[in-house]
Amino acid sequence: MTMTMASTRDAPPPRPAPSGEALRLAGLRRDFGGFQALKGLDLEIRPGEFVALLGPSGCGKTTALNCIAGLQPLSAGTISLGDRRIDELPPERRGFGMVFQSYALFPHMNARRNVGFGLAMQRVPRREAEKRIDEALALVRLSAQADKLPGQMSGGQQQRVAIARAIVIRPPVVLMDEPLSNLDAKLRLEMRAEIRRIHEAIGSTTIYVTHDQDEALSMADRIVVMRDGLIRQTGTPEELYERPAHADVAEFMGYRSKLAGRVVSASNGRASVEACGARLEVSVRAPVSPGDPVTLMVRPEDLVAGTSGVVATVRISEYRGRAFFGAAQAIDGTELFFRSDRPVSTGERVTLGARPDQILVFAGSGA
Amino acid sequence: MIRDTGIGSKLWRTAVWAVVVVFVLNLLALIATVVIDSLSTRWLGTWLPAGFTAHWYADAWDEFGLTDVLVVTFQVVGAVVLISGALGVTAAYALARRDFPGKRAATLVFLLPLLVPPLTYGIPMATLLYRVGLGGSFAGVVLANLVPAVPFVVLVMIPFIEQIDPRVEAAARVFGASTWQLFIRVLLPLLLPGVLAALLLVLVRTVAMFELTFLTSGPTSQTLVVALYYAVFASGVRAGQEVDVMAVVYMVTTLVWLLLALRFVNPTQIVARAKTQGAH
Amino acid sequence: MTAVPAGRPTAVPLRVRLAARGIDGTTMLVVPALLAIVALFVYPFVYGLVLSLQPKVGPFTASYRTFFSDPFLRETVWNTLVLAIPTTLLNILLAVPIAFRVRLMSNQRLLTTILVLPVTLGTVLVAQGLLTYLGPQGWFNRTLLALHVIGAPLKLTNNYWGVFASLVITGFPFTFLLTLSYVSGIDPALEHAAATLGAGAARRFGRIFLPLLVPGLAVTFCLSFVQAFAVFPSAVLLGAPAGSTHVISIAAYQAAFERYDASLGSAIAMVMGAVQLVVVLLALGARSLFYRGPVGGTKG
Repeated sequence: MTMTMASTRDAPPPRPAPSGEALRLAGLRRDFGGFQALKGLDLEIRPGEFVALLGPSGCGKTTALNCIAGLQPLSAGTISLGDRRIDELPPERRGFGMVFQSYALFPHMNARRNVGFGLAMQRVPRREAEKRIDEALALVRLSAQADKLPGQMSGGQQQRVAIARAIVIRPPVVLMDEPLSNLDAKLRLEMRAEIRRIHEAIGSTTIYVTHDQDEALSMADRIVVMRDGLIRQTGTPEELYERPAHADVAEFMGYRSKLAGRVVSASNGRASVEACGARLEVSVRAPVSPGDPVTLMVRPEDLVAGTSGVVATVRISEYRGRAFFGAAQAIDGTELFFRSDRPVSTGERVTLGARPDQILVFAGSGA
Repeated sequence: MIRDTGIGSKLWRTAVWAVVVVFVLNLLALIATVVIDSLSTRWLGTWLPAGFTAHWYADAWDEFGLTDVLVVTFQVVGAVVLISGALGVTAAYALARRDFPGKRAATLVFLLPLLVPPLTYGIPMATLLYRVGLGGSFAGVVLANLVPAVPFVVLVMIPFIEQIDPRVEAAARVFGASTWQLFIRVLLPLLLPGVLAALLLVLVRTVAMFELTFLTSGPTSQTLVVALYYAVFASGVRAGQEVDVMAVVYMVTTLVWLLLALRFVNPTQIVARAKTQGAH
Repeated sequence: MTAVPAGRPTAVPLRVRLAARGIDGTTMLVVPALLAIVALFVYPFVYGLVLSLQPKVGPFTASYRTFFSDPFLRETVWNTLVLAIPTTLLNILLAVPIAFRVRLMSNQRLLTTILVLPVTLGTVLVAQGLLTYLGPQGWFNRTLLALHVIGAPLKLTNNYWGVFASLVITGFPFTFLLTLSYVSGIDPALEHAAATLGAGAARRFGRIFLPLLVPGLAVTFCLSFVQAFAVFPSAVLLGAPAGSTHVISIAAYQAAFERYDASLGSAIAMVMGAVQLVVVLLALGARSLFYRGPVGGTKG
């Protein structure tokens, strides 16, 4: 569909960031009656940065975005852009561009008028507005669909119009609220690259809300993981993927097997942990002492059926090209997700182990 | 929701709510006037009546023959509910489950009686009923009231039946249910909540249906609302309190069913089939 | 599937052919109700039309000629329009801003229940209540007097204003509940989008909500107007049925059941239907100038 018309028409040359101002969130709180959706959010976003707010539904990420946009009032805290406080401005005076989960295109306006809406509100002279609309439509590769109503366009095209509409006003900050969640899997992958490309082209600061860690990892410069209205961890995709700071962040990042254990011995960043009836060697970043309860977490692709490690009975095994992936149960009932290079069948006993540096160690047992 | 904090928007908001409050206060005051007057000994030129009494209720009950009127009202309403239920639910089932040539025309035929006000079609209809000898009779009143009732049941039930997955019926067939068993064991329990709601709404609407009953009823086939109209029309003849007694009796009769109906349906459905031409 | 020798098509039973077009036993279930409505609604309407063209004396148009030549009868059209159009417009004008506020309420049920009351109670009861309430000694006048808004009681019954009030009391809830369902059907994200793009409250309403709402409001206008145009009991009880509120339904009723001129009665009923139709067509014609389509989410 839209990819076929990625014609010879070139996107306009990259522009520098329209505003070199940082967005600062300090102590943002939002209460709904007795429920606290945001419990104090502090974050500084550099000009031009692409930040993803990542977390399960109900973690407060959409509330945070709505507060930044001014669509919901803050209960406490300040938002400032550069040295201006903006949290008391109504949404129409903040000048941010926003892309909505449901696109929220105006159904009675064609693509061109949708994109031009923000310019009309700013009373941009007609000639300049036309030029900027054309540029924006070209940037999202929709020049040929300019006269269509939203109802006549596919989901992917509507999403592009929504993006064009948000960026045409040259906002200092672009806010995106799960913009890909209504698209099918293939289109989602295409649009990821597309959004990233547009971000590079216009260079404006972007805050992107998602519950999909793949999306966040592949698109963002920096990821902010939220849970229960608080920030759990902030870092680059690599940092979060390799070194999650908490067990719940690790779980979210795909560390599916979770073993409760106890430290037997520790020395020089290495420790020996007894878990599920086996002794596992792990590398530790924070010091631990013998007797400490710890939680070990491993990704399915790193927990391999081999000769040493935890003995478990295979419950499920499926072939996923090149390797087998499965679930097994250890003697104490712990559920383990593993990889095997040779076929394993249900009921078979396997010994599962991982390299010391592939096992994450968190203090305490349980969550 | 976007919260505006400007003075203008605060004033605007206050003004809007003020209109709502004024409307609701006037409405409640109007109802209270009727109730208080029916209980008053004398109420002239003061905020509240001189004294309270219940004796108008006994007087009015005898004078207006309210027992008879109530019996007729419930006979009419009962007949209309049963007949419109039987006709309406079956028709709605066909319209919800089958796509046949002429379906749009059939739907339009059911829609029209709800869009055209009763008085507009009531006059030729009543004329016709009198010509064939049904005017002024119990049967004539019931037939007239079926005109808005049947389409109402049909249009309330169509969306309700459509949301029942036809595969449930197919599954029952596969497991060997006969048509009769299918109806009793599968369809009836699934349809019952919708049918009950639709019939309660028909009941409330028929109790309150003035125009058609007025045009077709005779002295022995008046329903409560028509009797009330005649009482108000001839209000100089009797004490005003007696007319208000009748108004209270009518109000209670309607409200009991309304409150019952509201347990099953959204208030909006009484006025309009919610969102027929709205979104989606 | 199987090859059929040319010239000898296999005979498909009629039953199967009908079923393929959607006609089977289940379809037939629509017949009883359809017959009932045709017999009780469509046929009487046609009968009335024919009757209106068969006057007691004179050529076939005599009943219509009587109506339009007698000023007392002719003016009923004007009398009714003067009541129905202002009340309908007022009700819509009040309903829209209120619906916009109520849409934000989480618990709308109490308000909608209160508003359903006058619609359910009907015009006869409202007329009886208003006779006392709006009367010279009623609470309404007493309150205005006590607040020194007026110096002498206003005359609000047995004239135009009594009927006007009753059309607002019974018409507003109807109009409001319809409007509310249209307003609630508009995706709130559209308002958010307009706000982030720089549109203040007034422009959000003018540029986004109003264009999306106009088709629904046109339908609301039609339904409310048609009800108001058929005003009957309150015009008799609360108005001046021989004067300013001599509305068209009174004329039709009197012709048919007091003067026993069934032809004239039917003719007036047909005129009433025709005026309603004209106004409805005008409103719907105006509506076709606007966008008509889904106003909810724009998900593809």
